[in-house]
Amino acid sequence: MDVPLKWLAEYVDWDMSVDELAHRLSMAGAEVESIKRSGGEWENVVVGRVAAVEQHPNADRLRLATVDFGAEEPLQVVCGAPNLAQGQKIAFAQVGAQLIDPGTREPRKLRKGKIRGVTSLGMVCSERELGLSDEHEGILELSTDAALGTPLADVLGDVVLDIKPTPNRPDHFSILGIAREVAALTGGAVREPASSYPESSRIAEDRTSVAIEDAEGCPRYTAIVIDGVNVGASPQWMQDALSSAGMRPINNIVDVTNYVMLEWGQPLHAFDYEILREGRIVVRRARRGEQLELLDGSELKLEPDDLVIADADRAVALAGIMGGAESEISDSTTTILLETANFQEASIRRSRARHTESGTEASRRFEKSLNPELAELAARRAAALIIETSGGVADAGIVDAYPGKSHSPQVVVTQRRIEQILAVQPSVEEVRGILGALGISNRWLPPDRYAVSCPPWRSDINVADDVVEEIGRILGYDNLPSEPLPGAVPDPDIDPERILGERIRDILTSLGLREIITYAAVGADELASTSGDSTANVASVQLQNPMNAARDRMRPSLRPWGFQTFASNQREARGGLGLYEVGKTFKPNPGRQPTEERMVLALLGGESLGSVHGEETRPLDFYDAKGVLEQLGAGLGVVLELAADANDAALVGGQSATVSLRGKQVGVLGKVSPGVAMQFGVEGDVYALELSIAKLAPLMRESVTVASPSVYPSAVEDLALIVDAATPAGELASAIAGNGLVETVELFDIYTGDQIPEGSKSLAFRVHYRSPDRTLTDKDVEKARRGIVRRLQSQFGATLRDS
Amino acid sequence: MVDLEALEAEARASLAEAGDEAGLDSWRVEWLGRRGRLTAVLRGVRDLPAEERPLIGAGANRLKGELEDAVTARRAELLAAASDGPALDVTLPGRRPPMGSLHPITLTRRMMERTFRDMGFDVVEGPDVELEEYNFDRLRIPAGHPARDMWDTMWVADDGSGGPRQLLRTHTSPMQIRYLERRQPPIRVIVPGTCYRYEATDATHEWMLTQIEGLVIDEDLSFAHLKGTLEAFVRRVFGAEIETRFRCDYFPFVEPGAELGVRWQGDWLEVLGCGMVHPEIIEDAGLDPDRFTGFAFGMGVERVAMLRYGVRDIRHFYRNDIRFLSEFDQFRGSA
Repeated sequence: MDVPLKWLAEYVDWDMSVDELAHRLSMAGAEVESIKRSGGEWENVVVGRVAAVEQHPNADRLRLATVDFGAEEPLQVVCGAPNLAQGQKIAFAQVGAQLIDPGTREPRKLRKGKIRGVTSLGMVCSERELGLSDEHEGILELSTDAALGTPLADVLGDVVLDIKPTPNRPDHFSILGIAREVAALTGGAVREPASSYPESSRIAEDRTSVAIEDAEGCPRYTAIVIDGVNVGASPQWMQDALSSAGMRPINNIVDVTNYVMLEWGQPLHAFDYEILREGRIVVRRARRGEQLELLDGSELKLEPDDLVIADADRAVALAGIMGGAESEISDSTTTILLETANFQEASIRRSRARHTESGTEASRRFEKSLNPELAELAARRAAALIIETSGGVADAGIVDAYPGKSHSPQVVVTQRRIEQILAVQPSVEEVRGILGALGISNRWLPPDRYAVSCPPWRSDINVADDVVEEIGRILGYDNLPSEPLPGAVPDPDIDPERILGERIRDILTSLGLREIITYAAVGADELASTSGDSTANVASVQLQNPMNAARDRMRPSLRPWGFQTFASNQREARGGLGLYEVGKTFKPNPGRQPTEERMVLALLGGESLGSVHGEETRPLDFYDAKGVLEQLGAGLGVVLELAADANDAALVGGQSATVSLRGKQVGVLGKVSPGVAMQFGVEGDVYALELSIAKLAPLMRESVTVASPSVYPSAVEDLALIVDAATPAGELASAIAGNGLVETVELFDIYTGDQIPEGSKSLAFRVHYRSPDRTLTDKDVEKARRGIVRRLQSQFGATLRDS
Repeated sequence: MVDLEALEAEARASLAEAGDEAGLDSWRVEWLGRRGRLTAVLRGVRDLPAEERPLIGAGANRLKGELEDAVTARRAELLAAASDGPALDVTLPGRRPPMGSLHPITLTRRMMERTFRDMGFDVVEGPDVELEEYNFDRLRIPAGHPARDMWDTMWVADDGSGGPRQLLRTHTSPMQIRYLERRQPPIRVIVPGTCYRYEATDATHEWMLTQIEGLVIDEDLSFAHLKGTLEAFVRRVFGAEIETRFRCDYFPFVEPGAELGVRWQGDWLEVLGCGMVHPEIIEDAGLDPDRFTGFAFGMGVERVAMLRYGVRDIRHFYRNDIRFLSEFDQFRGSA
């Protein structure tokens, strides 16, 4: 909303700089997005007078103007404007002025030029060149007493505050609304505009009627009939006001409706009464197939839920958005019907979205939800102005169809509540002063209460705290006290999954992997690629309006974006790359919210993760990925069990495993199938570790004690065993570890070949024995070893390699 | 009679001549070993006449201790002298163990969480896919309300089951309602989480964003507590000298509503929206709004990360370029 300060000053005074005013308004809730000068800075553009006009020697349509602009010597410029005349006061642009190019509409610096052989040392400007309007038919003629040479900005210029209203304050879409803010902030008062006018003896209700067929869409419709208007240009002050607020003057009737809309925030519309069949108004939904030509020339095919203003036969306006072309005010109009109505915001929004690109000044205001009480105030103001500027006589009374009238309740707010919320104690006079300046009528009911009612231009004063906000924001939030929180700290709400996710982040980070956070939406193709099966249709949560049609569902897996991110980083990740993401996946539940499952996906590939030099590197493999898993388990204090095979279509068979904890599967580990990797552009082998944090969390046991290290020495022995080649080393290790004296078991060599029978392998384990309560003797160790070997023999058919 | 003084002098002279580890070892064998000369003296004490025994015995034991110290000192001397080794090229790169990293959003989110935790806040999360009822209606934003325009919404497609309308939460505020359903005052909680907006992406807008919501309800809390809490937060995040201001703003679920701005490199920047919890929300939670009051706030983690780290384009966060991610190695472990 553009608020020109000259216009604002009609209603309220302030005694501070523009910057300070803008700041105070912003802080109180009417955010000033920018402070601009209407038209522009107009550097090097001054008031001039056309001293002489003569014909251009070489062009019929051009003339030469001698312009006196207060300098010693007048200058001669070439001018093509048909309305150029001697004696006019004009806006004279000197060489160097920044003007709007009438062709391209872009700013351009004025240079000395030669037009058809005659040098032109400046320019007599049109409104378009000054950026005031689109007008370019002729030059702008100034009506000013200012001395020649006065900067144009001092004459025409105005400072305009561009205010961005919040959705609860449609009154900030009006100059008066801003004036009330200023009055409250300065402790001043608003000068209310005049809205009384003489009425004829003819009764309005005898001339016209208003029938509202859709009371929900149109809570109120008022009509005033004015006879004998003279349509013409509106007075200069009104044209200037409209221009400064960015609206184009049209004629004295339309200008008044626009002027009052800007003044009060209530859109109005004037119909040519004679065009309305039977001279009456029907507010209804459009008929099937009904058409309407709007003021801007567009032809609408109306839909049955479009709200229209109709006469006895046909639609004459699209309610709350734009009037129709046929009933438009023309030069021959003598009787008008002035509409001031209230329309439901949802209905306006629907039709606006359907029929216009960005809406109109009217629809923007209706969409903010106006108070129907405002209509009558604006109607009377507009009628008064029309009669003042166009002549004419108004019928007696207003035709007022008001099915949506509701008794607006009084809001009671206590002084105690104000103090409770704001932690200050304004006096009763202060409170009443603020409310009064805002136009909020109020009564003080001692000892503690105020009875307040919401003014017609607002609809956001409904409960006591709404009034408290008015007091607080006008006092200034920055002037209110500030205190630390008192009272008890509540018990926390423990969320094991969230805590586990954070621990997993820390552990994986410490292992050299980088965390990524990717988008939560994926596409069907990506999912099919990830699952390794192009026909797979993974159940997923579909979006109705995705940002990108190719990614139209919430991810049921972290894999698509994980693989893609891995691929896009491989080139930069000289050496090895380890990435992980902790995030949610989504699985649909018909009729209910989806299951959101916290997952972690880690991806690993390339050469070693750290940096090496002068040493051979090797490609990371399954056991590097498993090492990450084991360290993750170690960090979490759990032993994650692996079992071949994962049976996961995206992982290579034989090189994948399920990951379980206490016998329940929580994830998978393995080499990503090269076919899947390739579809995401991954080069070389990549290994994936995927765990469900949701499944893992309930299986976790918080260990509350840790064992103290034994003070007795350990004994070390190596055990080399020959077993069948298919025997999993992990099972042997577990069996060894089952002995009570064994502290750790570590596989350090795997050997097949010479001296080992075909189909067998040799596994060498380093075993540490230790007792918590004594030093082990050679005998103890020997006894333990014998027990272990016996068990391995019977369980796995293992034999000691040395014996 | 053994001359302990002469023995000591000889032993010390001999020790001074030991020039390396081997020399020290043979000196030790010669003097302190099982058949060492001082050992022999100590062994011989019992054969001495009774009147000499205490004197010689005590003297020899003392000497043994002193010589032990002397040999340790001599070893340190030799090691110190020998500590120069062959010259290394110290400019060769080190063998760096792998170092992972937390995503800058995680770093910033955790820093923000920690700050609130220090003030006694609980941390909970909520669902990303929300019911329209929780995201809007119960926050006093019914369908058709002009305030709905403040949030461009991505809707979940109707699955034909006739269930309630679902959407991707546009803010973390629905958790205010969900938390109030299961907790009683005093309430002091923050909710970090991902939110979604149907909004074109540019340098300052992403369709996905991380928010932290806050809710505090107790007896007789005022706007002063809102200010005190959020000012303390902002000082922790942006430094003790940061200038703040509270501007009136509008959110349907608070009254009065405000926006907290900070002066950052000369300009006022909006950091968070906040306000006193609307009395109807308190009442809907079954609490007496005259007794229980409180405040709520919401802020974007990306926004704070951008300010703190000087990131100019929000889109970097979800591109996950490791060159960008590794920039944050320098903030590892920082609060």
